[in-house]
Amino acid sequence: MKKRNGKIIFSEYTPGSGLKKAFELSRQDILFELKTSQLRGRGGAGFPIATKWMLTAAAKSDEKYLICNADEGEPGTFKDRVLLNEYPELVFEGMVTGGYVIGAKTGILYLRGEYSYLLSQLNDFLEGMRKQNLLGKNILGKGFDFDIHIFLGQGAYVCGEETALIESLEGHRGEARNRPPFPVTTGLFGKPTVVNNVETLATVPHILLKGGEWYARFGTEKSKGTKLVSISGDCENPGVYEVEWGITIRELLELAGAKNLKAVQVGGASGICIDESQFGRKLAYEDLATGGSIIIFNKERNMLDALENFMEFFVEESCGQCTPCRIGNVKLLEAVRQMKDGGIPESGMKKYFDLAETMKLASKCGLGQSSPNPFVSIVKNFREEIFHKTV
Amino acid sequence: MQLVEEIPAYGEIKEIVEKHGADRRNLLPILSDIRKEKKFVSPEAAQVVAHLLGIHPVEVNSVVSFYHFLNDTPKGKYVIRLCKNVSCMLNGKEEIKKEIEKKLGVRAGETTDDKLVTFEEINCFGLCDVGPAMMINEEVYTHVTPQKANELISEILARGK
Ligand SMILES: Cc1cc2nc3c(=O)[nH]c(=O)nc-3n(C[C@H](O)[C@H](O)[C@H](O)COP(=O)(O)O)c2cc1C
Ligand code: SF4
Repeated sequence: MKKRNGKIIFSEYTPGSGLKKAFELSRQDILFELKTSQLRGRGGAGFPIATKWMLTAAAKSDEKYLICNADEGEPGTFKDRVLLNEYPELVFEGMVTGGYVIGAKTGILYLRGEYSYLLSQLNDFLEGMRKQNLLGKNILGKGFDFDIHIFLGQGAYVCGEETALIESLEGHRGEARNRPPFPVTTGLFGKPTVVNNVETLATVPHILLKGGEWYARFGTEKSKGTKLVSISGDCENPGVYEVEWGITIRELLELAGAKNLKAVQVGGASGICIDESQFGRKLAYEDLATGGSIIIFNKERNMLDALENFMEFFVEESCGQCTPCRIGNVKLLEAVRQMKDGGIPESGMKKYFDLAETMKLASKCGLGQSSPNPFVSIVKNFREEIFHKTV
Repeated sequence: MQLVEEIPAYGEIKEIVEKHGADRRNLLPILSDIRKEKKFVSPEAAQVVAHLLGIHPVEVNSVVSFYHFLNDTPKGKYVIRLCKNVSCMLNGKEEIKKEIEKKLGVRAGETTDDKLVTFEEINCFGLCDVGPAMMINEEVYTHVTPQKANELISEILARGK
């Protein structure tokens, strides 16, 4: 018995049932259900899964790959850990389904090195699936071969970016590639490749069992279904919650039992920080789009301490390939330290906002494009505290 | 000049390489195993790997230097890693850091003189809901307090080499 409760991912599930259903359907039927569900990638970028799978299925190649991205390195995010630890059947069955649809024989779980303590139980689980013929040769007698192996990351946040991840799998430094070409046509070893987040894949079996239309009944106009959020920081009940898209920050804070609040960082270090006046905003692609990290700050906290911590993270994790990111993050960190000493007046901020804009426009990958987010949002939303020392 | 085959660990490293297959795509798993066995990837080990994979040693070194878990200098028998990101900061990791540094007499990033313990602060490892989080080698500890850290270190020191 699982202890969690949720409308979709954390709902009742019989291991194997999603995969059996998948093999009763044609590839087109599966793509149709996914398209109807409007499921979008849960790793952050929000790309529709049906489109990604369709493009890879259509690519002509003797070899294709399906990769599950379990690099989960965004500070404040731990939902994929929970899925892998408690719901591996959903993740792996989603992977086999993906392999079936796109025509891949090999699936790879890219597991971050920090989660190596999950490795042996996951390998045992895969072995169990092979014994039940849910994995390996001629799965369920349907003539489809597919196997999954686990690749252990070696500690690098940027390797969560899909092209850096692919570089890493090829035995290189995890430096992001230019896109296009996209992995769907030119991915691992130059072959068509799907990279999907753990949560995205774990949703697939439920959609196949209950239908894309059913799934699309949850959520909002543009954000269908549910999202796993990882809540941490100043609250009574930190943890992973499955919530419908459209939930407000205030409702989330109630779930978490958080009081006496000042700020919420939505989306991890690379996300944005909002103050109390914005707690009515919604989690949704049309408002606060997020990979699901929620970090809560109470009134005692100094937001510049938090910002300094975020910027130190990016300085350390930038792969250093491109200048706006390599240098820009250092400059922003220096600015934060100066602000802490009262060394920059509010009027001196313009050049840093310009720098942030340049980083967003000119960085090669999402790391440098999003690392100015906490800087800009904290400086703007907490300007009173920062420049006028009200606390 | 020393021939690669004459490097003392040659046989051992060759075994690891052959276990995974002498192919560039296996470089990370190979280096990870070497690090586990030897506690670090020495320049000599990197040279052997490069030789067996048919790539330049510089390529191996550049990969080693990129990843946090691969290191080219030795670490202690025990590596203590404390999460330093925001959620663990809010949960009080700074106090734990101070306690560990005091107890071991080293700063974050350093190894004790007897080479027994290395203390590192690392980025988020996904235990933000049960922080402060700490690892000693592969073992994970949650809800760590300064006192608990102190006790864990006492145990390590008592076990010694
Ligand atoms: C710096 C950086 C780190 C990322 N880390 C992750 C990660 O840990 N897990 C993940 O699924 N996606 C991560 N992504 C997003 C991936 O590049 C990619 O969009 C995603 O894996 C696609 O899967 P999805 O469509 O199912 O979301 C990261 C992106 C960037 C720029
Ligand atoms: S944006 Fe940063 S992490 Fe991304 S490629 Fe450029 S330097 Fe590397």
